Amino acid sequence: METLFDNPLFDNHDAVLTAFWATIRLTVTSALLSFVFGTLLAALRVSPVPVLRGVGTVYVNIARNTPLTLVLLFCSLGISSTLRLNFDVEDPSFNGYWFAVLGLTAYTSAFVCETLRAGINTVPMGQAEAARAIGLSFAQSMRLVILPQAFRAVIAPLGSVLIALTKNTTVAAVAGYAEAAFIMKEMLYESTGGAIEIFLGFAAGFVVLTLPIGFLTGRLARRLEIKR
Amino acid sequence: MKTPAAARSTSAPRKRARPTGTAGVLFDAPGPKARIRHNVLTLVGVVLLLLVAWFVWRRMDEAGQWDGDLWSPFLDPQVWTGLILPGLWGTLTAAAVAAVLALAFGVVFGLGRLSERAWIRLPSAWVVEFFRAIPVLIMIFSAQYLSFSVAGQVMPAFWAVVIGLTLYNGSVLAEVFRAGILAVPRGQSEAAYALGLQRGAVMRLVLLPQAVTAMLPAIVGQMVVLLKDTALGYIISYEDLLNAGFRIVPSNFGNLIPAAVVVALIYILINLVLGWAAARLEARSRRGRRSAAAPVTAPPAPGT
Repeated sequence: METLFDNPLFDNHDAVLTAFWATIRLTVTSALLSFVFGTLLAALRVSPVPVLRGVGTVYVNIARNTPLTLVLLFCSLGISSTLRLNFDVEDPSFNGYWFAVLGLTAYTSAFVCETLRAGINTVPMGQAEAARAIGLSFAQSMRLVILPQAFRAVIAPLGSVLIALTKNTTVAAVAGYAEAAFIMKEMLYESTGGAIEIFLGFAAGFVVLTLPIGFLTGRLARRLEIKR
Repeated sequence: MKTPAAARSTSAPRKRARPTGTAGVLFDAPGPKARIRHNVLTLVGVVLLLLVAWFVWRRMDEAGQWDGDLWSPFLDPQVWTGLILPGLWGTLTAAAVAAVLALAFGVVFGLGRLSERAWIRLPSAWVVEFFRAIPVLIMIFSAQYLSFSVAGQVMPAFWAVVIGLTLYNGSVLAEVFRAGILAVPRGQSEAAYALGLQRGAVMRLVLLPQAVTAMLPAIVGQMVVLLKDTALGYIISYEDLLNAGFRIVPSNFGNLIPAAVVVALIYILINLVLGWAAARLEARSRRGRRSAAAPVTAPPAPGT
């Protein structure tokens, strides 16, 4: 028993739990904001107005092709330190949290947008034509025919985006925000041995966080799947 | 009497392209009212865009970021040859080595998951699922320090980055390979078995060649993820493009924001070229009928 519990992971279990709590808070806040912002972006990208479509396309291509590390560094060093735009200078932890959320949201929304757009594209043209042919208005055909089908098609891909977001919160370590990866690095650096236990412990934490998301969204997607 | 061409065009209706601005699945072709509404929305969009641009410009101006001294280093060839290009080389070499290793990893574990023997199939599945579930950064940190406790010295940053990227992207590619082989219609392998081919020969001669065609776009798409992920090397001080352009250049010239813009543009350019190649490959494999398998679409999971 002594060997099992005598390692840095259990000595610091308070720090580990706090770190994972920070990871969860980052994930949930960024996920909600990304969903809202991503939906807006998708609305821009499928709109019939060329200017709005252009804005959406440019944003998505920039956000998707820039490394998240650079996005988060730009938030903390660029916006916060250089441009001095801050959420709250008095409280560095609060400030760091919201800059991490800002960076993760800016990045993830682009993927949410693309997922939603791909979902709309899975709806066959005939469905829209049939809806209009039986006399449904734009709002009705949207609400009753197009969006329900599109929504079902995006459940599983949105689950993948959420899993990726959960894992991507680790990159907030680059801005010094004390989430799981940051605490893990400190523990690895300070402890003399037990690197394997630390790795397995943190890996298990992420498996516990991400596997249920994939399992639940996968099951939901299969249950609601449309046979074509 | 119908000509053969006309007969073909009526019997097999081609999928209509949806040119933008005309009717689509969401919108009808605009009538006079809708056209006025679109014009109003265009105006609103342009005004909002100008407001955002003005806000950014003013903020940059207040912080003195439009100062020519901050941007001129990027016109200096020495900055490029001495800092940025070596950094880019670091990014590209790490990405290339990791890509090759990830492909090998993907083939081994992708085929492993399709094995008939449970003692090969199940461990392969566990490995793939495990490395897909944990963040690359965790793997990179662990690679460094595990080698410290095993070999007594911290692993060089290059290899830590390559190992982290290989394990994650290899696992994703394993799923791509599996999906690619499963996408080949069953009739193909049944026909091959009926000809008397052995299991290995069926895989090598019939399934793999068709699967590769189907999954090439997804593989190239994953390369974009891999290339972008090399930027994680910044965190462990690997000398990549991000490190050279965003740590060393700003520490010399104090031009953090211009550096961020230039570095981001380089990444975006490289990734757009790769993404364009993936789209071309996908269009080609949809057009050509060299493979019976439907193209495997790229996994939508965003990388880092």
